Amino acid sequence: MDFAQFLDTFFNWEAMAQVIPSLLTVGLPNTLILAVLSGIIGCVLGMLLAIMAIARNAVLRWISRVYTDIFRGLPAVVTILIISIGLGPVVKDITGSSNPYPLGIMALSLMAAAYIGEIFRSGIQSVEKGQLEASRALGFSYGSSMRLVVVPQGIRRVLPALVNQFIALIKDSSLIYFLGLLASQREIFRIGNDATANSGNLSPLVAAALLYLLLTIPLTHLVNYIDNRLRTGRPEKKQPDDAAALIGKGAQP
Amino acid sequence: MSEFASGSLTGKNLHLSFGSNHVLRGIDLHVETGTTASVIGPSGSGKSTLLRVMNRLIEPDQGDILLDGRSVLKDNPDELRQRIGMVFQQFNLFPHKTVVENVALALRKLRKLPKDQARAEALEQLDLVGLKHKADSRPANLSGGQQQRVAIARALAMKPEVMFFDEATSALDPELVKGVLALMADLAKGGMTMVVVTHEMGFSRNVSDTVTFMDGGVVVESGPPEQIFTGPRTERLQGFLSDVL
Repeated sequence: MDFAQFLDTFFNWEAMAQVIPSLLTVGLPNTLILAVLSGIIGCVLGMLLAIMAIARNAVLRWISRVYTDIFRGLPAVVTILIISIGLGPVVKDITGSSNPYPLGIMALSLMAAAYIGEIFRSGIQSVEKGQLEASRALGFSYGSSMRLVVVPQGIRRVLPALVNQFIALIKDSSLIYFLGLLASQREIFRIGNDATANSGNLSPLVAAALLYLLLTIPLTHLVNYIDNRLRTGRPEKKQPDDAAALIGKGAQP
Repeated sequence: MSEFASGSLTGKNLHLSFGSNHVLRGIDLHVETGTTASVIGPSGSGKSTLLRVMNRLIEPDQGDILLDGRSVLKDNPDELRQRIGMVFQQFNLFPHKTVVENVALALRKLRKLPKDQARAEALEQLDLVGLKHKADSRPANLSGGQQQRVAIARALAMKPEVMFFDEATSALDPELVKGVLALMADLAKGGMTMVVVTHEMGFSRNVSDTVTFMDGGVVVESGPPEQIFTGPRTERLQGFLSDVL
């Protein structure tokens, strides 16, 4: 493969230009809808799983454990197919709609919940026991103590892991192409893949790949920023008397 | 005349086991209204556990707890703990909140005060412990002694009838201990009912009205400080005092 051939295979500008409009107007919104919605639902379910995982009630702990084991242990494709094909007819009976898109979001959310639940659990459990004790000693109930004192601290500590999970969701959203979506429901990968299949040239897929990187690379840097900020702490605003104290120190011999 | 709406506190025949470990073996402790009882003893003797049982952070297996002469074992434990302030060895301030938010949180959420009124009351409490100027700092930016004074303000803000101190100065650098002990002595003088678990024998001797010596989950000896420190009657107390003094 000479260099011109290489360029033509991966970076054929005409083939890219053809697909870029639909990548941006159809693929990008769909990918974002899939990732953001399943991210939000995953966080809500994940918090529920985390709270259940540390509950005193053994049945709740067991339910959370089994759920997490199953949804973390299956390949994403398998979960997506089982949920959409398995639940598709049920949903159609109830709502009369055979749109697989919501089922795709549901499958992504259920998987995300298992991972996010574990992230939240580790964060919550990393908060020192004294925090819960101090809150209870003030007269807060267990629930209020968790809500006001323990969980907010736990979430802060796992923000980097949470953003990583969101990056994974952006990438995993491509897997719902298995569901056979309408043209208007296609996400970034499917649009690039279709164009590549039609033209026999890889450039549309490369364009899709670049768009993914445009989404995920800033997020990876956000992780690093948050991580650094959490480790070194927020720069404290100088109080006037602190500034004065510094000047005072300088004046000492 | 007391500055505080204090009450008396009594623990009667308190028992507690963790599995086969019998931590409290029938403890009796009575603190008169407005007085300070210090609890001393070697580590592992059950002093800190006794505090946690008396405010029902841990439920006793057996025995009774009386606040102002009335049993509180049937009350809602959360409401009981609103009436008993507690200060911990490790301060346990909430690091995600500012100093004033630490003090105001319970005022807002438990006493249901509006936000600005809770803040005003919290600032007042901070002023009493000399830390009003640190109101908007994060706890992590305070020294240990300052953090502990904030923790005391946080407990006092709920206008408790009794205050518990669980080795409140043990985690402090030596030069910071004095300030916290002075604040505690002020509270005692002001008529707060206090139970102070401590290794500070000077405080126990000079500030408290009664001293209780615990070892192995039982009260070995108790009485006024002069009697405990100058005329210990049991060998165990004599041994303990010769170790720590």
